[in-house]
Formats: sequence, structure tokens, C-alpha cells
Amino acid sequence: MALTNESNEERPMRALFIDRIWPTLKVVISTIGSIAVTMLGLLFITFIIGRVMPIDPVLAIVGERASQAQYDEVYQQLGLDRPVIVQFLFYIWDVLHLDFGISVLNARPVSEDIARVFPATLELATIGIIIGIVTGVPLGVLAAVNKGTWIDQIARLVALIGYSMPIFWLGLIGLLVFYGILGWVGGPGRVGIFYVDVVPSVTGLILVDALLDGNWDVFKSAFSHIVLPASLLGYYSLAYISRMTRSFMLEQLSAEYVTTARVKGMSEWNVVWKHAFKNIRVQLITVIALSYAGLLEGSVLTEIIFSWPGIGSYITTALLSADMNAVLGGTVVVGLIFILLNVLSDMLYKIFDPRAK
Amino acid sequence: MSNTQTLREWLLTETPTSRRHAKISAFYHGWLTLRSNTMAMIGLGILVLMLFVAAAAPLLAPHDPFTQDLGNRLAPLWSDGHVFGTDSLGRDILSRLIYGTRITLYIVTLVTLIAPVAGLLVGTVSGYVGGWTDTVLMRITDIFLAFPRLVLALAFVAALGAGIENAVIAISLTAWPPYARIARAETLTIRSSDYISAIKLQGAGPIRIITKHIWPLCISSLIVRVTLDMAGIILTAAGLGFLGLGAQPPSPEWGAMISEGRRFILDHWWVATVPGLAIFTVSLAFNLLGDGLRDVLDPKAGD
Amino acid sequence: METLLDVENLWVKFPSRQGVFDAVRGVSFTLGRERLGIVGESGSGKSMTGRAILRLIRKPGIVEADHIKLDGVDLLTKTEKEMRAVRGQRISMVMQDPKFSLNPVMTIGSQIIEAYRLHNSASKADAYRKSLEMLEAVSINDPERVMRAYPHEMSGGMGQRIMIAMMLIPNPEILIADEPTSALDVSVQRQVLDIMDKLVKERGMGLIFISHDLNLVADFCDRVLIMYAGRVVEVCEADKLHDAKHPYTRGLLNSLPRLDQPSKRLEVLQRDPEWSQTPSVSGRI
Repeated sequence: MALTNESNEERPMRALFIDRIWPTLKVVISTIGSIAVTMLGLLFITFIIGRVMPIDPVLAIVGERASQAQYDEVYQQLGLDRPVIVQFLFYIWDVLHLDFGISVLNARPVSEDIARVFPATLELATIGIIIGIVTGVPLGVLAAVNKGTWIDQIARLVALIGYSMPIFWLGLIGLLVFYGILGWVGGPGRVGIFYVDVVPSVTGLILVDALLDGNWDVFKSAFSHIVLPASLLGYYSLAYISRMTRSFMLEQLSAEYVTTARVKGMSEWNVVWKHAFKNIRVQLITVIALSYAGLLEGSVLTEIIFSWPGIGSYITTALLSADMNAVLGGTVVVGLIFILLNVLSDMLYKIFDPRAK
Repeated sequence: MSNTQTLREWLLTETPTSRRHAKISAFYHGWLTLRSNTMAMIGLGILVLMLFVAAAAPLLAPHDPFTQDLGNRLAPLWSDGHVFGTDSLGRDILSRLIYGTRITLYIVTLVTLIAPVAGLLVGTVSGYVGGWTDTVLMRITDIFLAFPRLVLALAFVAALGAGIENAVIAISLTAWPPYARIARAETLTIRSSDYISAIKLQGAGPIRIITKHIWPLCISSLIVRVTLDMAGIILTAAGLGFLGLGAQPPSPEWGAMISEGRRFILDHWWVATVPGLAIFTVSLAFNLLGDGLRDVLDPKAGD
Repeated sequence: METLLDVENLWVKFPSRQGVFDAVRGVSFTLGRERLGIVGESGSGKSMTGRAILRLIRKPGIVEADHIKLDGVDLLTKTEKEMRAVRGQRISMVMQDPKFSLNPVMTIGSQIIEAYRLHNSASKADAYRKSLEMLEAVSINDPERVMRAYPHEMSGGMGQRIMIAMMLIPNPEILIADEPTSALDVSVQRQVLDIMDKLVKERGMGLIFISHDLNLVADFCDRVLIMYAGRVVEVCEADKLHDAKHPYTRGLLNSLPRLDQPSKRLEVLQRDPEWSQTPSVSGRI
């Protein structure tokens, strides 16, 4: 009696584990494994770059006029007397503890600097990708539905122009026209000069901080500053997202189930959005994740044009002043985000597609 | 007249008389498809024009691109002898643009010589040898793919030092992985085909199979990809130039020219605008041509 | 016999770079409450004929006809919106492969309910109940589980029965079955056909059965049109198919192995270019 009772209760548990939990767990384990390997590769590359640098890290710290003894002391402190493989292991250890070394430029830990500048990039790229999705997806669907017509041609041209514009140049022209001539938007920087550091930094996202503080003037100023660079980034993701949406949609629109939906007597609008579009949502997630990652990095040039104090500006400034710890730290962080977004989109794919289970 | 008629018929025949005839005929069919694509032809036209400008730069340029004339700096558009005005050192912008085509072509050519070849090598070896070699090579490819391209290029340039050649190396290092992926996919399909087994039975070794039978078949998909990538390469190179990490002054590289003009954008907008337009035109031309080529060589991907 | 559908001189044309390609050339037939077979090899225009009736030929294809009358009303004069009231509710279609004709990311239940609610203003609960009944009608044993399932979890035979249920739930007058069993295992073909036959008979529907399988059509249908290169080359009663006269039909029949008349060598079909030149035979009664 007791035996049957137990097995009756246990069987659904075991079935649940085998059917639902184990496949998910397998995905998670293999994902973590692939993140680890890719991360290791990334660190290896940055380590190599750091090693072949023509700049002597010891000299950068002690200065040109240091004595040989001082030089040797720092040389040992940095662990440069140890074998390369040991140095690499130490490097991994440091990075795992979010220790990217000290910035030569301002003598602060690089990780603190990155934590400070990163929200600015995040804010810019997030608004950019939202603009890109809101405009790119409908444009791509429209182009696919009207394949071969002038609407398709215009969508194609809009995307091709996006692919062909140097972003830093478009940023300059945008500043010239909308700030210099028309005066519709704020100029370079995140907020107007009178509003800098007015609201307390809670999230680091200035729009959110201003809202939390209830300071509308700061919000308006920040908004007028972010509109132009975010629209630029949005246009770049629009180009990619709309092209990919179009080709995914074309594939679905030629599928037989679309004919089924038409045979049922559905309106073309519902055929497109309720049936065909449902089938590309999962693929779109991947595209959006990739272009979001692209924006986080693509903001390097945009940030310079708009004097945006984000990670792109940070890396470039560090680069021009040979602050190698800052450059490599920034590169690792951007690379890590890139990898995580890739992995995330992979996982979402496996979770949301009923066929992937 | 009758002669050209027969040539056309010879080219369009459905019953080719030799392998070369079939090849030329297929090429001609592709050309006809491409020719009917107006946008692609516009792109091709721009590129041919650019080649001509680069080749005839000394004849076309009205001034020496390096001669400074501080008395006539920041001259506006259409001023005396300077159609596109002059920059902050009084150099003729048009002449600098014309010489700049050479640098752009130089960078693009070098990158397209290095990256696809490296990718082809890695991809075919990985696909043909398989096993652990495949796993390791593809993991490396994935790692490079997972890297943000511009940031990686920046880091490489930082390590190698600024300059055109280093920019080329940095861009190539970030550009090869997609080619490796394509070449591997092609190799995998070709490797298992019957005629490769037939060649093996005849005693061909792996090197002969890869170089004589697999490489030629990977070329067409690589060409499409390269053409579509050209625009990206030009933009990355210009971006590096803009950041001061590519071509060094006084070289008339377009990205660096924008960077120079940036300081004067509000009062002397043309100094930065004109080279930007040049970059835009050339990369648009590559994109238009690449789009058209894809329709010819890989019709499935087009729609 | 009462005429449900009357098609006169139907053409389907596709303009291309090499000129206009005619996929269907002047086909005429009528359909009553019967099972009408359309047989032909691939590319003969049989599927195009079925889709042209529903006006589902995609651009740049063009449908032309003197008329396509459904209960005396010409479908060609209807607007696209009026056509939508015809599709599903009055004429429906079952396609070849349920693997492709069911939406892979929607549950089967939501797809059937949707088909019903498009033409009936019923509550969700009513539609659900009605869908269960319909699934039972196509001999699905555990309809509740199937309603929650996704198409890829179904076998081919199950999928096609679901497809039939979905297409019949709005109670149409005519069903077009476009190679409904070609993608299925031989073992379940008969079962699917029987279910379809039973439902069509019970409801007094007209059925257009499109197939490449001569024997199947001879077995299953009342009347047969034989198509070749976009034209109807012969019309005959299904039970008299083996006495058909047109050389094409004869050729097709002779190229099939027969148990009752074994032969050493099967004939190879000899095509006469003249067949595609002579005008279509009318299948109107």
C-alpha cells in the first residue's frame, strides 16, 4: 500500500523532471559552458594585446626618471617577472574579481570608472534600440507584404542608406542642422550645463533619476540632449532590423499555413500579424539582441561626436592617452555584454519556440 | 551586325559545346540579370568612376593635396579655383578628396585580400579535417565573432600603433570570422558529395582536393559577402581615421578629413560635410552592387 | 442535380520576363453535391484551378474566367472583403501536408477556434465546445489534449484530420481537397479519406478532389476531369475511367502496374505536343 502511494506521488515528479526541468537544465549548463569558453578566449585576446603593447606598463607608472631599483620593484609588484602563463592566470583572477587595475590617467580603479560611465551608454543604446524596433519592424513587415512595389524599394533604400552612412558624420550633420541651425535639440553632453549634477545619481540613468527626483527641468534638458544621438543609433538599428524582418516575413508569407489562414477567410491584416508575424517573433528576438549589442559598441563614435560621457568615450580617451588598463578593462566589459546578449538571445530562442523543446 | 547576333546567340545557347563555353554562358546570363538591376548598375558605375579617379588622380586634381595656403584657409564652396573650398590649412578639398580615393581603395583592397583568404583557409580546413581541429577552430571563430568589431579593432590599433597598415591588420583580424563560417558550411556540403569520393579514389590528397575542388566552389558565396562587407570595411576604416588611429596627417584620408573639419562644423560646415558625402557615396555604391550580386549569385537569399 | 459551382473558361496567367505563362487554359466544369476528381501530373494546373476558385492566386498571377458562379453569383465580381465571407464559410480547402499547412507556433485549439469564430459570433466557450465536437467527428480520441498541443507534436494522419476538422467547422458547402493524402503514410491514407468522405456525405457538400493518383480518384470520386498542360483533356465517370479514350489518359493508365493484368514491361508515356494545343474539354453538366 505504502509502496504504491509513494510511486504514485513520485512518478509525476520524475516525469516533470525528465520532461521539463532536465531539458532546461541541459540548456543552462551548456550555455554556461559556452560563456566560460568564450570569456576565456576574450580574456586571452585582451591579455595578448596588453602584452604586445609598445608601452612599458612599468614606465607608465614610475615615470621616465625613476631609478633602476624603483623600476625593478614595480616590475615585481606587477608580477612581470613570473612566467607568462602565471601572469595570465593572475589576470583571469583579477578580472573575475572585477579588478581591471588602476587607470594611469586618474589613478582610480578602472572598474569604478566603468561603473560610473556605463549607465550613460546603456541609456543611449536602450532608447536607440527602442526607436529602432518601433520603426524597423513595421517597415520590414510593410516591405515584405508589398514586395516588389515602390514601398519595398523605398524601405530598401532607407536601409541601404543606413548601412552606408558613416555614423560620426551623420552625427555631425545632425548637430549642425538640428542644434546649430534649427536649435530644436540640446547640444553635446547629457544635460544642459546648468543642470549637471543637479539631481542625485540613483540609477545613473539621467532620465530616470530626474523622474525619481521629480525635477522636470532636468528631465526636459536630458531628453532634448538624448533625442538626436538616440535617433541616430535608432536609424542604424532600423536598417538592420527592417531588412531582417523583411526577409523573415517573406519566408513566412510563402508558407502554406498562411494560405490556410486565407482559406479560412481571414483579413490580410490578421493573416500578416496574427499568423505570419507570430512565427518570426523568436527570430526577431535574436536580431534585436544582436543589434542592441551592436549599438552598445556602435555608440563609440556617436559618444565622441556628442561628447557623451559613456564607455565609448571612455575607451577612446584612454586609448589616445595610452591608458592601457582602462582600454582593456573597457574592452572586456563591452565584450562580456556582447557575449551575454548573444547567449541570452539563444536561450530565449530555445524557451519561446515550441518546436525547440 | 550578323556577327554580334551570332555572338549573343552563342552566349545564350542552351547547349554549350565545351566547359569553357558553359562557364562563359553562365557568366553572361548572370551579367544580364545584374544589368537589369538599375540600382546595382548605378553602384557599379560609381565604383568604376572611383577606380578611374584613383588611377588618374594626378591628372584630375586641380591642386597639390598637401600644399598649404594659410592666407586662403576655410575658403567656401565654389570659391576661386577651389570647387569644394579649402580646409583649415588652406589645402584644396577637392584635390584631397581625389587623392583620398587611393587610400580608400588601398585599405579596401588589402582587407579584402587578407580577411576572406584567412577565413577561407580556416573554414575549409575546419570543415574538411573535422573532429577536434574543427571544434577548436570554430570555437576561436566564435570568440572573434562574439567580440564587438570596432572595439576590438580599437584595441588592436592601440597595441600595434596608429597608421594605415595597422588599421588594415586590425580590421582584417575582426573581419575574417564570418568568411570562415561560410567557407566551412560550403566545405561540409561539398566534402560529402560523390565526386569528391571519386577524386579520392583516383588518389588525390587532401591538399589537392581543398585547393582544386573545394576552394573554387566557395568563391561565389564569398564574393557576395565580400562586396556586402566592403561598405562596412570603408566605414570602419573611416571611423579609425576619424579617431586619429588610421591614416596619419597630412594624409588625405576621408575619415581624418572629417575629424579635421569637425572643429569648424558650425561655421564652415563644408569642410567636414564633403568628405563624409564621399564616404557615403562609395559605401552606398558597394552596398547597391552587393545587393544586386546577391540576387544573381545567391537568388535564394534575396527573397 | 443541383449545381453548386459553375466555372466557365477559367484561365490563370503568370506574366514573366519570357512572356505570359498560362498555368490554366480555359477550364470549364460544374460541381453538384458530388465528388469531382481532378487528375493530372505536377504542373498540369490542377492545384492552380483549386486556388483560382478561391481567388487565392498571388500576384503577379492573374485569374480570368467568363464566370465562376457559386449558387448563381459570380465570385469574380465580388470585392476582396466579400470574398473573405466566401472563403472558409462557403468554400474551404484542405492542403497537401499538415506539417506546413498548420501554423507551427499556435496551438491546434486556437487555430480551430479561430476558424469557427471568423464566421460565427460565438463565445469562446461555445467555440471551444464546438471544436471538441469537430475533433471527435474526425475520430480524434483525446480532443482536449490535442486542443492544447502544437502541430509538430502530431503525426501526419492526425494533422490532416485536424486540418479537415478546421476546414469543415464553419460548415461550408464546398470542400477543395488538394492532394490531401499524398504526404501521408500509406497506412493512414485510407482512414483520412474515409473520414473526409463520411463528413462530406453527411453534410451534403460538394467535393473537389485534386490528385495525381488515378486509381485513388477512380475509386473515390463520382466524376473525373483529366488535366494536361493547363487543359482538361478528358471528362468521364469515375467508374468508366479504365475505358477512357484520350491517349494521355490511356498512357497514364498503361504506365501503372495492375495486379489483374500483369505485364512484363510497363509502358512509358509518349507525349504528343498536340494535346496541349487542342482546346479544353468542358466538364459542365
